Amino acid sequence: MPKFESIDHLREYRRQLIAKRDPNQSQVLVCAGPGCLPMGSEEVAAAFREEFEKNGLGAKVLLKECGCHGLCAGAVRVLIRPQEITYQQVTPGDVPEIVEKTLKEGQVVERLVYEDLHTHEKAAYKGEIPFFKGQMPIVLRKLDVIDPTSLDDYLAMGGYRGLRKALLEMKPDDIIDAIDKSGLRGRGGGGFPTGRKWRICQDVEDEPKFIICNGDEGDPGAFMDRAVMEGDPHAVLEGMIIGAYAIGASKGYIYVRHEYPLAVSRLQLAIEQARESGFLGKNILRSGFDFDIKISRGAGAFVCGEETALIHSMEGNIGEPSPRPPYPAQSGLFGKPTVINNVETWANVPEIINLGADWYAAIGTEKSKGTKVFSLVGAVNQTGLVEVPMGTTLRQIVYDLGGGIKGDRDFKAVQTGGPSGGCIPAQFLDLPVDYDSLQSVGSIMGSGGMIVMDTTSCMVDVARYFINFLYEESCGKCTPCREGLKNLLFILDEIIHGRGSEEHLALMEELCGTMATASICGLGKSAVNPIRSTMKYFKDEYLAHIRDKKCHALVCRPLLKYTIDPETCTGCLACVRECPVGAISGKKKMAQELDQELCVKCGLCYEACQFEAVKVE
Amino acid sequence: MDLPRLETILSRYEGESWDLIPVLQDIQDSYSYLPKDELQVVSERLNVPLTQIYSVATFFKMFSLIPKGKHQIKVCLGTTCHLKGGGRVVESLSHRLGVEVGYTTKDMQFTLETVGCLGSCAQAPVMMVDDKYYGRSTVDKVPKILKLYK
Amino acid sequence: MVWKISDETAFDTLGEEVRLTINGIPIRAPQNQSLLVTARANGFEIPTLCYHRDLPSEGQCRLCVVEIGEHPHTQIVNSCTYPTSPGLVVQTHSEKVMQARRIVLELLLARTPKAKLIQELAAAHGVYESRFKTDDPEELCILCGLCVRTCREVVGVSAISMKGRTPDKQVATPFLEKSPACIGCGSCAFICPTNVIPYTEKNGVRTIWGRDFELQACTVCGNYIEPKYQLEHWAKITGDPVETFFVCKDCR
Repeated sequence: MPKFESIDHLREYRRQLIAKRDPNQSQVLVCAGPGCLPMGSEEVAAAFREEFEKNGLGAKVLLKECGCHGLCAGAVRVLIRPQEITYQQVTPGDVPEIVEKTLKEGQVVERLVYEDLHTHEKAAYKGEIPFFKGQMPIVLRKLDVIDPTSLDDYLAMGGYRGLRKALLEMKPDDIIDAIDKSGLRGRGGGGFPTGRKWRICQDVEDEPKFIICNGDEGDPGAFMDRAVMEGDPHAVLEGMIIGAYAIGASKGYIYVRHEYPLAVSRLQLAIEQARESGFLGKNILRSGFDFDIKISRGAGAFVCGEETALIHSMEGNIGEPSPRPPYPAQSGLFGKPTVINNVETWANVPEIINLGADWYAAIGTEKSKGTKVFSLVGAVNQTGLVEVPMGTTLRQIVYDLGGGIKGDRDFKAVQTGGPSGGCIPAQFLDLPVDYDSLQSVGSIMGSGGMIVMDTTSCMVDVARYFINFLYEESCGKCTPCREGLKNLLFILDEIIHGRGSEEHLALMEELCGTMATASICGLGKSAVNPIRSTMKYFKDEYLAHIRDKKCHALVCRPLLKYTIDPETCTGCLACVRECPVGAISGKKKMAQELDQELCVKCGLCYEACQFEAVKVE
Repeated sequence: MDLPRLETILSRYEGESWDLIPVLQDIQDSYSYLPKDELQVVSERLNVPLTQIYSVATFFKMFSLIPKGKHQIKVCLGTTCHLKGGGRVVESLSHRLGVEVGYTTKDMQFTLETVGCLGSCAQAPVMMVDDKYYGRSTVDKVPKILKLYK
Repeated sequence: MVWKISDETAFDTLGEEVRLTINGIPIRAPQNQSLLVTARANGFEIPTLCYHRDLPSEGQCRLCVVEIGEHPHTQIVNSCTYPTSPGLVVQTHSEKVMQARRIVLELLLARTPKAKLIQELAAAHGVYESRFKTDDPEELCILCGLCVRTCREVVGVSAISMKGRTPDKQVATPFLEKSPACIGCGSCAFICPTNVIPYTEKNGVRTIWGRDFELQACTVCGNYIEPKYQLEHWAKITGDPVETFFVCKDCR
């Protein structure tokens, strides 16, 4: 990789690179994204390597382990180019057949292709699968085709073209104007207009200025930032370099969760490549502009997603937020003007500069422009990452892309926005999703997690889950959040144990009112959303727990009763081995008995039983 | 105290107070915990009060003041994993290993922890042993996964 | 640099005089002065627990909240850190504000049922008992952090800090052991609004945070002055010989 001495040099290199590449090159792209990696991507890739060797295909077929292919439900996914055939649920055992049939003979392995759940129609080519057809990938565009460790791959897909344009044709003010005009808003949750944030920072007369990429993606159920950092790290860097040039920042930091080790190493490699090629460092592309990026690893605190807490932890302190104003754009890291945007926001920037603000602003709704990446998980058939224009309805996302609810059960709610968001019931399925509409129904966009729930989820349990999560993650600095969460958790526990009263509901409502207004930061302020939204839309479930002492979804353990059906029990003793309290007894190969006095209702027996002999009510 | 080991870590940084968290992370990675004597040296070298170090070490989940086991098991309790029985996976592991969450087995082989979200929600429930992810790791798969590390 | 806000200045420097209204009354105040200081200077009383004029405000207790802006776009902010600005409309005792203060006090009353100051403040707001849960009926600490800030900012030694986060957050010495940095000055105990920091003096020895400090007797009258460590700390700061401090205030 050469060090690019000028913008022309870069253009010439890219021209030659593209000319050298054969568009009909045979490629096998194994997904190694967040969904496929835990299902064995590395083993599948290794099997391909071995098979190529055996068949002497090593020089002919290009093998890449790339970022997220989107449709995680079919992990491990493999894309064969140039035909654009996609295979799913690929195991190392399937690899010889793929090599033999597809790579050598050009045929499709029917048993590995996508099949529509309802019509049972098969679709071998990416363009035919409804999950992909309904999307508009901008941020995710390159994820399934580039090797994230190859700068050449990024350049061949038009990478650093946005930077080239920014440095060659635009003044810092023009860039901020373009971002402003594009309507881009922060993708991390708050939805603050990105251009305005940059302008505030640019206007402050203080130096040096910093920019930070917030990769502390902590919302449970959201993994788009992980996918982007792992799958297209240069896009994040390019966005940051453009932003730094516009604002006049000399140093940038990427703050990544330590739970994302692969993201850290991919970004580190990308930074080194960018330095070697002259995209980072002194006098970038001979423009006279100096900028460099460092990685900061998070140390495990959800609250550090909040920008002031993040800054404190980067300064070597505990991650306690501080009251705003001043805003980080005025006084941030080391007291200097600092722009913080999240991963997805930065990754949008190169495309906006490259293709223009008007192009971007034409996508989306009146107040929410562009696309948004959602992680669609939970009770849907087709889980994965989707990128759709703002304003796409929940129904389109859940049913058209997600393929509806698993097992044809009924949709109950979709949880958006992580612990700061709310549960949206079926009556709002036709809601066009954007920042404002989600807020109007008591939730938020957040970073884009969408957890679909069916009738097997208990909404009181869901509220308790989030309150418990936040109770453990609250920094404990301010009274309403610290003491409020403790008491919300206590009350919800009372309800779940059948000791709740209707006064408890009123008290929670009152407490939520103060937490929402008087907490220091967003964590405490929005902690009330999971409770408020479930109390508003699913009050009958709370009342069932309180009045009838019943959890109809069979989730809240203290209200459940486990029994063993003597007719179906085979006496295999699988349940006996799992039971942590020795409550199950009986002879081998005979029906077992469960002692109700001893039972702690953990449900391990229920899960261990292969014969459905353990019953629950 | 293993001073050369600590020196190697400190030499990667410029000795500024804002290097505190990266230094502690490196110590945690290298020693599997934050030894008190080492923290004393860090306090002097970075010119950061010991109180601040103690605050930071007890605030962030990644740090431990007591040694952790050879293998770190992290069970995801993100929303999707919670809904799909992540809690039961924790109980099963806790029962099999004979330790509570946050503790290390007597033989120092395993530390059992839970984590807010591992970001592999589509394959819930998910767990991680060291740097390796395991998807759809339901209770019945727990013994098989543990076997790989015993 | 950590953002600091003290009694005099809400921002780095106070700006020119601006006009704002507090509870409907027009007020003039320097720009960027904290709303708390501004309100108090004009006779509007705002209750506080974690505020002290000589310490940087961090906004922990949330008792000093006020409502800013005009209906319906109002916002609750803590007055100890929020700066004045031209035309700002402030309410120090609106219904929203009073409700927030009542709930904050009710939460603190449940946390520290025996803390006298909290009982009195709560009663002054019409809160006589708490509907919330008490974990430890003997708890007295409200986690206002005044002791930690005093030790760090005023005494300048940093012998104590916050440990952990919400579930088990507490003020502690490093590793819960005797703090080597402590000089036994007792400022933490003195500033504590709920008298939770144990502190004894017996036979020329002061005991605080589990550590014994030998007290220096006045070389003139023989009364105990302060711990030797503290006098040495003073000597170090002032550059005077330590013996200068061996005479008590009365005998100087």
